[in-house]
Amino acid sequence: MIYSDSKVLLEVRGLCATVNGIDILKNLDFTVRSGEVHAIMGQNGSGKSTFAKVLAGHPAYEVTGGSVLFEGQDLLALKPEERARAGFFMAFQYPIEVPGVGNSQFLRLTYNTLQKQRGNEELDPLEFDDFVREKMKLLEMSPDFLDRSVNEGFSGGEKKRNEILQMALLEPRLAILDETDSGLDIDALRIVSQGVNQLTTKDNAMVMVTHYQRLLNYIVPDFVHVMDAGRIIKTGDKALALELETRGYDWVSTEHQAATETRVI
Amino acid sequence: MSTATSIHQPATGYLEMLLASQPQLPTSPFPQINTLRAEAVNDLDLLSLPTTRDEEWRFTDISPLTKLSFIPARATSTLETADIAHLYIEEASTRLVFVDGLYAPQLSSPVIGSGVVVSNLTTALVTHSSVIEAHLGCHITIRDNIFAALNTALLDDAAVIVVPHNVVVAEPVHLLFIVTEEDTASTPRCLVVAETDSVITVIEDYVMLSQQHCQENEYFTNAVTEIVLEDNAHVNHIRVQREGSKAFHIANCAVSLGRASNYQSVSVALGARISRYNLHVLQTAESSHCTLDGLTLISGRQLADTHTCIDHAKPHGISRQLHKCIVGGSAHAVFNGKVMVREGAQRTDAKQSNHNLLLTAKAHIDTKPQLEIFASDVKCTHGATIGQLDSEEVFYLQSRGLTESAARNLLTYAFGAEVIDRIPIHSLKQQLEQTVLEQTASQL
Repeated sequence: MIYSDSKVLLEVRGLCATVNGIDILKNLDFTVRSGEVHAIMGQNGSGKSTFAKVLAGHPAYEVTGGSVLFEGQDLLALKPEERARAGFFMAFQYPIEVPGVGNSQFLRLTYNTLQKQRGNEELDPLEFDDFVREKMKLLEMSPDFLDRSVNEGFSGGEKKRNEILQMALLEPRLAILDETDSGLDIDALRIVSQGVNQLTTKDNAMVMVTHYQRLLNYIVPDFVHVMDAGRIIKTGDKALALELETRGYDWVSTEHQAATETRVI
Repeated sequence: MSTATSIHQPATGYLEMLLASQPQLPTSPFPQINTLRAEAVNDLDLLSLPTTRDEEWRFTDISPLTKLSFIPARATSTLETADIAHLYIEEASTRLVFVDGLYAPQLSSPVIGSGVVVSNLTTALVTHSSVIEAHLGCHITIRDNIFAALNTALLDDAAVIVVPHNVVVAEPVHLLFIVTEEDTASTPRCLVVAETDSVITVIEDYVMLSQQHCQENEYFTNAVTEIVLEDNAHVNHIRVQREGSKAFHIANCAVSLGRASNYQSVSVALGARISRYNLHVLQTAESSHCTLDGLTLISGRQLADTHTCIDHAKPHGISRQLHKCIVGGSAHAVFNGKVMVREGAQRTDAKQSNHNLLLTAKAHIDTKPQLEIFASDVKCTHGATIGQLDSEEVFYLQSRGLTESAARNLLTYAFGAEVIDRIPIHSLKQQLEQTVLEQTASQL
């Protein structure tokens, strides 16, 4: 939702990033205010997932230019865990399995780590159990999930639900969901989307990275951005997503190219 | 101890001195002990200390050990229960405690009577000599094993467990070997006899009681354990080696499996500067089953060597083995896992896996799975992997607020937890999980 009194949460200016010496992000600008829901769409290789990972601080990506302010703070100067502490969250496209670590142990560890760093009270196992079970209802997750190893043997949909569960526990100010819809069947998509919608408030913001318009039927974005060759070339509202669904991406690139050439002339 | 060394010559090490002088203990009142010692002394004449030129010791250089001098345990311990209560395992109210190699009755809670025997050897021999004579020294091979021979030559007391036919011992029994004195050489010895249809869980635990503000010193533990499973017996054997950081720990364990018996072993090696564990399991009759799980977690300049041999001598035997090593610092782990299937041991089903985690560039692992199959109708598999922590996994945990070191610790811990989880004793499992967490935390 767009609020008139909203604050700027994230301000990305001229962001450039490389992986293994290849330029992926090229002069990317992007702004998110509190309360907003954004969707970033684009073809494979346009740099969507790279953008999410750069924001999360993935060590494989090197930032070669530009700035990212998160609530006025230099996000790029922070380690991944400091970004989490500051209120940034990324839901992974491919959540990692951690055999040998119980899910409830892991969830409590991450929750308490952030609570402590934020100066809040930690929860003991019993208190946490009550707390997490409440949150799990949101995602229609069976309590069995707590007893299993983190993501081990989870189906694609279960892993994504576990990601959103972590988001629910960690209460980020800004969450990027990296292709959270990929691999979800229609029921899982509905459940995950409902969960995300319930977690959206006027003080936080969501950025969804997706290929498909389908997700946006469930989580309605305020802004839809098209990424191409490492930058955002078009921004619109939810109608843009529908147009992309019917017309594909090529026209956006063509239009953008034409506009750029016009400017040059 | 011999003091023949001339003052003008450089002092020789304990082992060299011991071998030169032939160990002499005061004659035991038990003839069988004297016989065993005498045989061992004879064997020692033909044996020499292994070097890295011996195939079985190729990766493990014990020369630092041979140069050092040690003193055999002196006096009975004055420790009290309060000093070592933190080492007790709450599920195990029956325990035998040995301090610096000597039995400590004031710390132990033996059981001796008409049923189960959990006692030191010299007490048990008075009432149970026939079963002890039938097994003590009969399962360990000393002819080609200098450390087992030395242990036997110095045999005096031991931990003895006898579980009679059809008896199920519900509570685990804790055999606790504590070292408190520096420069001590001790030769712990255990004998476990599980008679037909019996069930028992034994925890064999080697630990150093650290003195506060006191620098740790070298000491030497040379242990021998014999475990006998008669037909249809079931033994859980949990072995924890958490010696001091400068200790030398050499141990030999021989297990004999009767028909349809089931031996489940989890051994965890955490301590010692240099350690070597030889575990030899012999399937003496059909349809026996064994599971050998192991975890080695070392760092700094530690060396931990695990040699196992599962000898399928009879048909229809099943063996399962999972051994994991986590190696940090410039430490060195060795795993040599031999599975032997003898001629005629048809329908043997053996599966071995060995997974290794290297935490640093200087960490070193030598792994050598060995299958020797002389039967035609068998199912045997083995696999070994060596790897490092996955950077994607580390990043995932960091993105959830864990520091890089906490993330690495958790993943390292998880790698080891798979083995620890197989320990059927809750409090020990928790204790070891904590130790693993602390040890991984301190080395990263």
